[in-house]
Amino acid sequence: MVTSVFTAKGVTKVYRIGDVEVRALRGIDLELYSGEFVVLLGPSGSGKSTLLNILGGLDVPSAGVVHYLDHDLTAADEAALTLFRRDHVGFVFQFYNLIPSLTALENVALVTEIARNPMPPEKALRLVGLGERLDHFPAQLSGGEQQRVAIARAVAKQPDVLLCDEPTGALDVQTGITVLETIERVNRELGTLTVVITHNATIAGMADRVITLRDGSVVDIRKNENKVNPRELRW
Amino acid sequence: MSALHRKMVRDLLGMKAQVLSVVAVMACGIATFSLSISTIHSLESTRSNYYRNYAFGDVFVNLKRAPESLAERLLDIPGVRRWETRINAPIRFTVADMVEPAQGQMLSLPDDGPSMLNQVCLRRGRMPESETDDEVVVSETFANAHRMEIGDTLDAIIHGRRKILTVVGFGLSPEFIYEIPIGGLLPDNRSFGVLWMKRKALAAAVDMTGAFNDLVVQLNQPRDRADVIKALDDLTSTYGGVGAIGRSDQRSHRFVSSELEELQRMGVLAPSIFLSASAFLLNIVLARMIATQREQIAALKAFGYSRREIAFHYLSMSMLIAFLGTIAGVIIGILMGRVVTRLYSKFFHFPTFEYEVPLYAVFAAWGIASAAAIIGVWSSVSAAMNLPPAEAMRPEPPARYGKSWLEKRLGWFARDPAFRMILRHLLRKPRRAILSSLGISLSIAVLILGAFMQDAVTALFDSMFRIAQRHDLQVVFVEPLAEETLHSLKAIEGVLDCEAFRSVAVQVSNQNMRRLVAIQGSDTAPKLSRLVDRDRQVIQMPHEGVMLSRKLASVLKVHPGDMVDVQVLEGKRPFRRLLVTATVDDPAGTSIYVERGQLARILQESSLVSGAYLRVDGGRTNEIYGKLREMPKVANVTVTKLMQQSFTRTVAENIRTMRVVNLTFSCIIAIGVVYSTARISLAERSRDLATLRVLGFTKDEISGILFGEVAFLTLMAIPFGWVLGYALAYSTVNAFDRELFRMPMTIYVHTYAFAAGVVIIATILAFVLIRKQMDQLSLVEVLKSPE
Repeated sequence: MVTSVFTAKGVTKVYRIGDVEVRALRGIDLELYSGEFVVLLGPSGSGKSTLLNILGGLDVPSAGVVHYLDHDLTAADEAALTLFRRDHVGFVFQFYNLIPSLTALENVALVTEIARNPMPPEKALRLVGLGERLDHFPAQLSGGEQQRVAIARAVAKQPDVLLCDEPTGALDVQTGITVLETIERVNRELGTLTVVITHNATIAGMADRVITLRDGSVVDIRKNENKVNPRELRW
Repeated sequence: MSALHRKMVRDLLGMKAQVLSVVAVMACGIATFSLSISTIHSLESTRSNYYRNYAFGDVFVNLKRAPESLAERLLDIPGVRRWETRINAPIRFTVADMVEPAQGQMLSLPDDGPSMLNQVCLRRGRMPESETDDEVVVSETFANAHRMEIGDTLDAIIHGRRKILTVVGFGLSPEFIYEIPIGGLLPDNRSFGVLWMKRKALAAAVDMTGAFNDLVVQLNQPRDRADVIKALDDLTSTYGGVGAIGRSDQRSHRFVSSELEELQRMGVLAPSIFLSASAFLLNIVLARMIATQREQIAALKAFGYSRREIAFHYLSMSMLIAFLGTIAGVIIGILMGRVVTRLYSKFFHFPTFEYEVPLYAVFAAWGIASAAAIIGVWSSVSAAMNLPPAEAMRPEPPARYGKSWLEKRLGWFARDPAFRMILRHLLRKPRRAILSSLGISLSIAVLILGAFMQDAVTALFDSMFRIAQRHDLQVVFVEPLAEETLHSLKAIEGVLDCEAFRSVAVQVSNQNMRRLVAIQGSDTAPKLSRLVDRDRQVIQMPHEGVMLSRKLASVLKVHPGDMVDVQVLEGKRPFRRLLVTATVDDPAGTSIYVERGQLARILQESSLVSGAYLRVDGGRTNEIYGKLREMPKVANVTVTKLMQQSFTRTVAENIRTMRVVNLTFSCIIAIGVVYSTARISLAERSRDLATLRVLGFTKDEISGILFGEVAFLTLMAIPFGWVLGYALAYSTVNAFDRELFRMPMTIYVHTYAFAAGVVIIATILAFVLIRKQMDQLSLVEVLKSPE
């Protein structure tokens, strides 16, 4: 049965960078369902990352309500949000955000050590095809490998949602496709609700649903009748 | 080991040099702390064991002469547990290896068995036999100073009569841990010694058969002290008692206690300086680390690490540094403790001096090091804790720079672009610039504090021996004599000048404060022994009223114009109320000063003298010593030259040792602070500097920018450090402001220059270390990596 995992209503976010005030989100309404693969599409500055951060409990909206299942994330305090992230969310970032002083295995262990029901870090790394590079430090890995470590780190806790912020943004096409394949495999095999944000319209082809944002508003939501295998993507 | 712990260890290893500089500064603080705690512990426990094992008394009385039967009345005094009556006599002797006369104190030992109180700890040889009248035990320190052997003889004058004494043993006593003559300040083991002789023999020599002049009492309970002292004063007053005193006023005990106080003060002051410097260093090092790990912290938060876990992670880093600092500091402290203990053995004489480090000192050291670490990093840690994860994911906005008011003021000077960069960078984080400067100024202050001791002692030496005491010899008579006696001194060939003095023991009081002191009577305008204040100004005797040592006045809470009660403890023992006309800021002891004629009226006596100061012809000293030796009325002769030598020998060595320690420690602070500040500046601006290199600036030019910044901080720190050093020196002078002696507040200009010079050299050294890293700056890598 398909259940609604995230429900957002009228989500607005205003923040300041230096002296500049930025209206990142302007009243977003949205629902995300269990097990689906969603692509949030939009040019830079459209508010994708802000929305992802709010869904992941990294940030709170200036106005509006976000529910995760029956939890009101907008009413949660700092500690509750921390617990929410720890128990339910896996993050993948554009610049990987690996801890440079830890090996691939240790970077994954960083998360499994605090998770409730993790898989062994080795298994997570094998899942992303890095079973042979467990003891390498980030500086000894290529960009694609680093991103796959980041994915292993995100999925090792067996999260309920996987949030990926431009996961291929810093990678070449071939490496990007390998990374997308890994994400798709996690979504398919573990049934994790997966949200990928990208400005690359091609990637939208592999999604169950594509939500397009522009200037902080949702301008289009469409279902993909024919999902494309990531291997067939080219940009 | 969890992944976070691994991260911690690797992060720390990744900045070894900075961690090392913090650990080094922290170790200095912990070293001084554990040095002071362990030395206090060792000194206190050694002393109390010594007191217990050799039955050191609780109350002591000197009197003129009392019949032995008086002692039986001590039975009636509640609180008295045991007592021992003794004979105590001054003695003069000539020692083979010294032309100057030596003096000593001779104490009696019971004829029928061992002493009950103030027992002698026999170090070599044996105790004197009862039937003999020439056998003595000599204090080990005096014996060692003269390389004496058992069986040697001493040519002595006791009570005006010459006597050849045979040394049968060497001993120590708990009442002479600090072995100095009455009225002395510094030990001189060559010219002063203590001797013990059987009671009957000594009584015969000083005409005290059936009588005693010295009483030692042991109490049932320490709280009985005040009552027993009062009862003893009443009992002995008719027998010339000069006032009973407790341990706290006993000469040797008081000096050891004063040293303990000094150690306690050092145990607070020095660690505070070093630990605040290390807290500051940790602050800048960790602040920088947290700034560079912004995105890592955000990721950790995104994974679900709580604020508390993040805080704990960074706090653990500083605690680990504190732990390393503690271990290093305790080890250095123990090594220094051994050196200090060796220095002490020159001053303080114990049968055994066991240096030990109590376990609680180690834990306390760890505790304060951790506290300093937490204080240092708290602001950075809470910044990490409160870092909003979503915001941290975004790149940092460009650093804000602006034209400062200072730059506008400087106008023409600020035209140089390098100078402008330096100025703007410093002013962008003024708090850090000020703290860095303060850190450097701490090392200047430590240097001044160390070097100022030398200045103060030089000034003290100067004021004591060049301005105040201009005599070559001080002669003290066995008892006060008519002024005419001086003719016999003046008549000695080679005596150029002779100046009488009168000194009498009194109890001075105001309301319930009382002190046993001496009234010093001298001529209106003395030439050989002048009164000098701390500013080295010569003080004139007032024609009316008395002058008090400033310290005595403050203890008694009296001011010029007030009256004090004076109970004279010698002669007719009159009681007087005297007008205080002035106070004197004298460097040592507490006395009442009065013109000699006026003193005679106070004492209701014709003009008597206690002794005289002599200025002599340097070429005829041996003949003069010989003549003085033949005078039966002379109790002892003090040679100023020997006092000076002892002063230079003992004090100078201590100060030299302290100076080396201070120099090392302050260099560690200076290098640590300068290195860390410059290293972080380099890290923060490696992109800017690399960009400049790409644009065509040379290595020298860009290192000039960084050096300029550090040099600016050091130059700012110098006047700061001078002021801070003065303040620390001032607080030290005040802490030394005790009844035994006071230090003059003197810092010479060359001391300020020395401190500044050392810090400038340390800055250059620290910069040489940075320069190596700067030369390795990879231009391509720096420009490629995202900020």
